[in-house]
Amino acid sequence: MAVFTSQAGSKIWQRRDRNAQLLVWAGWMAGIMVFMYCWQQISRATTWVFVMDAPRIADDILTRALPPRWSYMEQLWWPVWDTINIATIGTAISIIIAVPIAFLAASNTTPSKYFIRPVALFIIVGSRSINSIIWALLLVTIIGPGVLAGTIAIALRSIGFVAKLLYEAIEEIDRNQIEAITATGASRWQEIAYGIVPQIMPTFAGISVFRWDINIRESTVLGYVGAGGIGMQLQASMNVLAWPQVALILLVILVAVVISEWVSAKVRGAII
Amino acid sequence: MLRLENFTKRYLTGDLAVNNVTLEIPTGQVVALIGPSGAGKSTLIRCINRLVEPTSGAAILDDINLTVLGSSALRKARRHMGMIFQEYALVERLSVMENVLSGRLGYVGFWRSWFRKFPQSDIDEAFRLMERVGIADMADKRADALSGGQRQRVGIARALIQNPKLLLVDEPTASLDPKTARQIMRLITELCAERGLAAIVNIHDVALAQMYVERVIGLRTGEVVFDGPPEDLTPEVLTDIYGEEDWEATIEEVEENGEEIAEAVA
Repeated sequence: MAVFTSQAGSKIWQRRDRNAQLLVWAGWMAGIMVFMYCWQQISRATTWVFVMDAPRIADDILTRALPPRWSYMEQLWWPVWDTINIATIGTAISIIIAVPIAFLAASNTTPSKYFIRPVALFIIVGSRSINSIIWALLLVTIIGPGVLAGTIAIALRSIGFVAKLLYEAIEEIDRNQIEAITATGASRWQEIAYGIVPQIMPTFAGISVFRWDINIRESTVLGYVGAGGIGMQLQASMNVLAWPQVALILLVILVAVVISEWVSAKVRGAII
Repeated sequence: MLRLENFTKRYLTGDLAVNNVTLEIPTGQVVALIGPSGAGKSTLIRCINRLVEPTSGAAILDDINLTVLGSSALRKARRHMGMIFQEYALVERLSVMENVLSGRLGYVGFWRSWFRKFPQSDIDEAFRLMERVGIADMADKRADALSGGQRQRVGIARALIQNPKLLLVDEPTASLDPKTARQIMRLITELCAERGLAAIVNIHDVALAQMYVERVIGLRTGEVVFDGPPEDLTPEVLTDIYGEEDWEATIEEVEENGEEIAEAVA
């Protein structure tokens, strides 16, 4: 903020003084230069013949893929069921583990700020930093291919997500309500049950269905690495270039995701 | 009944919020605690039930020194001190009944409270109190669906169901309109009289305090600078507590209001 007096004696205000303004311009300049440089690099590394070709190839695949092979559906029901189970059971397991971790990680409920809280935060970061497809790759190697590996992969990835959002919700609660419960002579657990749980309930329900919704999407690709679900069919169909089957699978995934979005929106609307 | 001896609270920042307060409140007496913002009124009453830990001195409730109690004994002692808050501090997403019953948490075990299986005697008492404070038939409403005055009535019922000996009341009327504020103050003082409760009421509104209480304590920067009946609050005293200001209007208004109330009561 810059306030100075003009020669005429009136006070002048500008958002930035001259140096700050020059700095902002320099920043924009640098940003544009980096962008241009990157553009050139990418352009040089691109085989433009293929890119020029792209519309034709895409059109080719599309005509091969349509219409979807509807009869393939009878082989898809079971994988779809698996996919939904991977997402749902995985989410349920993650919630059961994430709730206590969230309470241990929130600075206002943790029993020990200097030991337990860092451990809980580390678990959260560890779980979040590894994508579920990588968890699945590891687990397929460890416990073999199948639905179990997929379920655990989803659960491991979701713990961090659920615990992080939940502990942030716990940290943001209204202190007055807890104070009032404490003042009645309630125990520590009763404070949590009456002062904290009702306050975080809507957030908790929202996080859970949101994560379930994400997990439906994530579990559709887990089959790609052998962790069960519809992704296995997708990979098999792509490998043999059975495009009408691929089209049907993508359609089924789309429908599943739309339904899961609808369900989570309904649940969130009902609970708040 | 309640005795504070050299009661002191110094925050970690070094600020002296409550400075060497010594006073005694007999059974059944309602005391207004007045003073400018930041004078330590809230801290003082929070130090009594140890929502804030006092630094030194003693708070003695019926021969029990609250300042030295261990956590389980402190919980037992807190049951005898009902607290009423400025912003009501109700659990917003719970029903009125659950909020009222939460006053019994010190008396029931965790699982009973978790499954809301309170003893029938508590539930009877909750209904009686809701009737008394004027929120009958609202048991199943959610707390966040109520108006300010109704919420404070829930807060009062929650404090009373503890069966307390002492009420700690923190700015009960600050969030309410003038009419509701009077109703709430009247309700609190009536209930104290009915049940023989002592009460410490933090209050900003000097006029309102003068109408309803028998004793006023003035706090300035954590120290007691006035202790006497409301009639003794002269402009000089108010200047001493709050600083220089034209106090005549405030006090005159009170006298008129006081007569009004007296007539209404008569």
